[in-house]
Amino acid sequence: MRIEPRSKVSKTLIISVPILSSFAALLIAAIPISFAGANILQAYQEMFFGVFGSVFSFSEMLTRATPLIFTGLAAALAFRARLWNIGAEGQLYLGALLSVVVGTGYFDLPPLLLTPVIILCGAMAGAVGMAVPTFLKVRFGADEVVTTLLLNFVILIFIQMMLEGALKDPMGLGWPQSSPIVEEAMLPKLLPRMRVHSGLILAIVCAVFVHFMLSRTVWGFRVRAVGENAVAAKYAGIPVHRSLFMVAIFSGALAGLAGVSEVAGLKGYLTADLSPGFGYTGIVVAMLAGLSPLGVVLAAIFIASVFVGADSMSRAMGVSSYLADLVVALSLLSVLVGGFATRFRIVWSKRQPGDNG
Amino acid sequence: MGKVLALKGLSKRFGSVQANEAIDLDLNKGEVLALLGENGSGKTTLMNMLFGHYLPDTGSIDVADRQGSLQPLTLGHPQISLTKGIGMVHQHFTLAENLNALDNIVLGTEPLISFKRNTGSALKKLEKIMHETGLFAPLDVSVGKLSVGERQRIEILKALYRDVRILVLDEPTAVLTPQEADDLFDNINTMAKSGLSVIFISHKLREVLSFSQRIVVLRQGKKVGELVTNKTNESEIAHLMVGGGVKSAERETCTPGKAVLQLNQVSITGRSKRDSLFDQSLEARAHEILGIAGVSGNGQAALASLIAGLEVPENGSILIDSSEIEKPTPKKMIGAGVGRIPEDRHHEGIIGTMNLADNLIIEKLDDQEIQNFGILKRSKIKTNAAHLCESYDVRGPGVDAEARLFSGGNIQKMILARVFEQNPKLILANQPTRGLDMGASAEVRRRLLDARKNGAAILLISEDLDEVLALSDRILVMHDGNLIPAETRDRAQIGLLMAGTAA
Amino acid sequence: MIDILNILLSESFWAASLRIASPLIFGVLGALLCERAGVLNLGIEGIFVAGAMAGWMAVWLGAGLWGGVFFAMLAGAALGLIHGILTVPLGLSQHVSGLGVTLFATSLSYFVYRTSLPAVSSPPRIEPFRALDIPILSDLPFVGPVLFQQTALTWLALLLVAVIWYVMNRTPLGSALRAVGDNPDSVDAQGLSVYTLRIGAVVAGSSLMALGGAFLTMSAFDAFFFGMVNGRGWICIALVIFASWQPGKALLGAMLFGAFDALQVRLQTEVGALVPGQIFLMAPYILSILALVIAARRADYPRALLTPWFKGQR
Repeated sequence: MRIEPRSKVSKTLIISVPILSSFAALLIAAIPISFAGANILQAYQEMFFGVFGSVFSFSEMLTRATPLIFTGLAAALAFRARLWNIGAEGQLYLGALLSVVVGTGYFDLPPLLLTPVIILCGAMAGAVGMAVPTFLKVRFGADEVVTTLLLNFVILIFIQMMLEGALKDPMGLGWPQSSPIVEEAMLPKLLPRMRVHSGLILAIVCAVFVHFMLSRTVWGFRVRAVGENAVAAKYAGIPVHRSLFMVAIFSGALAGLAGVSEVAGLKGYLTADLSPGFGYTGIVVAMLAGLSPLGVVLAAIFIASVFVGADSMSRAMGVSSYLADLVVALSLLSVLVGGFATRFRIVWSKRQPGDNG
Repeated sequence: MGKVLALKGLSKRFGSVQANEAIDLDLNKGEVLALLGENGSGKTTLMNMLFGHYLPDTGSIDVADRQGSLQPLTLGHPQISLTKGIGMVHQHFTLAENLNALDNIVLGTEPLISFKRNTGSALKKLEKIMHETGLFAPLDVSVGKLSVGERQRIEILKALYRDVRILVLDEPTAVLTPQEADDLFDNINTMAKSGLSVIFISHKLREVLSFSQRIVVLRQGKKVGELVTNKTNESEIAHLMVGGGVKSAERETCTPGKAVLQLNQVSITGRSKRDSLFDQSLEARAHEILGIAGVSGNGQAALASLIAGLEVPENGSILIDSSEIEKPTPKKMIGAGVGRIPEDRHHEGIIGTMNLADNLIIEKLDDQEIQNFGILKRSKIKTNAAHLCESYDVRGPGVDAEARLFSGGNIQKMILARVFEQNPKLILANQPTRGLDMGASAEVRRRLLDARKNGAAILLISEDLDEVLALSDRILVMHDGNLIPAETRDRAQIGLLMAGTAA
Repeated sequence: MIDILNILLSESFWAASLRIASPLIFGVLGALLCERAGVLNLGIEGIFVAGAMAGWMAVWLGAGLWGGVFFAMLAGAALGLIHGILTVPLGLSQHVSGLGVTLFATSLSYFVYRTSLPAVSSPPRIEPFRALDIPILSDLPFVGPVLFQQTALTWLALLLVAVIWYVMNRTPLGSALRAVGDNPDSVDAQGLSVYTLRIGAVVAGSSLMALGGAFLTMSAFDAFFFGMVNGRGWICIALVIFASWQPGKALLGAMLFGAFDALQVRLQTEVGALVPGQIFLMAPYILSILALVIAARRADYPRALLTPWFKGQR
């Protein structure tokens, strides 16, 4: 048995691998479910109907998917350039922070301008959040994986500091939360009595935009070239550092928009527990999507379904909702293994090392 | 003379390529056998099977044990081949640069689970070997700091330390000056006289005739001839090697034009003295090929980086067509009319995972022909690729296929297409035929000569002295970061310059 | 100023520094082993969590403290094996595999803990490692309380620094590991198995990383909290670069870090009114980033780090 690189990768294989991997992860989840002493089939049922059982639950899933599309795009774009942005979590919070700074009425702006300004400022804040580690990488050779990771912690502590100090809601009964965003500045809801909001539309628009930029423009060509072979790209005259910075800015901005979307679309104010790890989950979304911007939308919907379904199942059956995180982690590992299958294949030969011939 | 090695019917296939087909080969004790063939003929694959890196599809190998009787060899395990007395000096050195020579040599000879190392007895044994064979190298310096020649000697010592009885050398003289090659083979002959059996792989006719006792010729994976060296001649071997004749282009006389490239006292400080240039000047003129001869590692990389636009000189200036290029970048050099053929096609020349059509446009992304307001013109890119592939005879799985799937020769043609379609004034050709078979090499040289006829200036950097002599109008020898004009075309004299000794 | 001097000269400060440094020593040594062999192991954060949970749980279920150590190392080894198989013979992205292992190990640990122990107001506690009171030596002035009243795990960490140094520099195994991280071909050509060496290094390194986590629940504290690892794994990754992959410098780096952390806790009580506490909380992470920036340029990266090697591709 030998492993041989494939010379051609069929498109069907590329699309089916993430789908199969996702289902594999769901299947493997049966093990922890039974460890928790629950009935496996019932658990899957609860998970399924927890998402698809009603219009409301479906809309909840979409609401949950919205920030994941943003952070998934942030990761996918950066990873295409081989820029390891693990800091989406922090960049999200920076975007949320600026949303609150701008949107709580401190600046005297007409309501119609407020929403676009919030979006712009939030994106810029996220962009800065990724530009700094990228600068450290380009100038000092500091690995961006570690710097973005550590920066997440710094930013979160900073947010906590702001929430207990300068941004604290004077009418918040002492809780560390910000003042609410002005009603007129909030992103409009999409359906009455549901929480799903126009951040979702913005997210999908971003996905289409990123897809277009990557596959149809010179800019995207440069980004992909740098990611696939930076040495040859440099040799050919492509400005590697400039391309990396541009990717960093866009990637950070997208993550920042996740924060804007959660604050100005959903919650209305900022707390330190705004994100249950959307930034990190975005990485899994990106990998499941094969780093394809359009695929990110689908992958985000899958992951959001897992979370919402597991939540519902957890409430109904008492299984810890950490199961969702487990399924997400398993999805990442299995899509990684699946990716191997698209690039290599196993050849069965009768000869084994050790034969004398 | 007893037989020490018998390869019987060895075959190996990689995907759609039959690298070796039913090859038989015998080696006698104390013999120096040359395994000759052009690049891609399957020589290294065959020896890799002997050493255990590859598992043959069919066939067997018998190796003589210490008593001299032939025993079947267990295939596919380097550690078994090593214990049976087979050693190999690979073309690309297999040394750990962070360890010193002693550590590298001793690596794998002591059991891994042990609390201490036996450096004392190892040193004694090595000193004895070094004195017996005349191969000396510093043992306590990190390999990363040693020269190429020293590293090669360490590779050979590595094999000798393990008491090999059969030594395989893969293209051993690629990194040596002519004198160093002579010295190496003197040492090899000494060792052969005391019983070591040697196979050396080469694609150079001249050296095979000078240094071997018997020659086995491979062509396209098959054995096409077995000759006794002193009973054959260059044209017989060449014929076997290539099958038909390959017409090598003739260099017609051309009157050189004005200077296209001028380097005035440029300096670059690299990581070691050998990656640097100090206060060097040169001039390349239109209608002329300026050849830079020399063993790799003498500053060629720095010179190439400079002209490619990858490095900014610390002192001095670069002028193209008499206008100075300040703070060079690859883009500026391309814009100034410099076409560059990189040394490492796979890492510097192409983006392997992008398709052929995309690779053909990576140097001209701002061109109006392929983009409009930043949006790529997909169909134009494709037709551009189809057109270029036809003109430059690039063959393979199609313009939509990933570039890494094409053969070395076709990748080089792709790069040539990219370079030549811009009608460059200056062409930097860095080891342009390295690793290519004779047909592809001849084509590359022909195109360079055509470009010269049409008025381009060509800077040819090549470790193949014969190539430099055949193609160049003027020759500079590179040694230790210095460019020395060669006033002669005598191989031996140039060899002395390459080694740094004044003629 | 005098206050800072007083702090720096106090025994309790240095004892605390060593205590804070201990989990980092394990983590940096573990990361060092993996990276010297050429494999980046970003699973470290999750392995810390797994080690913390597995070790604590084993003690809770009656395996005894050293049983806890054993099970923590076992958990680390298992996770290391996953990462090793994905990155070495399969040659998959070391970044993605590592992050996947972190997510997997963290979520699995949390799930198992929460499923086994129902949520209560304060987490259940075990009897942790106590300070080892070594007769006579513990009574030495200054050195006594600092060194000789640490727990057995701290001693193990210090011992491991010496052991790892010796193995890497004075044994054939160490030579082979250093060689495989520089040029795997060098090892392959001498008949050794690249795969075995690399996977072995990752498994061994991961067991050490898990010990770092176990220290938190079995020595520093006595219970398992969600979020207790809090980025220590990532800090270790930064410190390995700062330590140039050398065990001695790893100890130095961990101690410097521990000292700084201990200092900021004490400074907080002095200056707390003027400066918000969060500034001090940020300090460890910012310090790690700084250490990384300073060290990155001159770092002697193992040449084959992050590059997969495949058998039979020459």
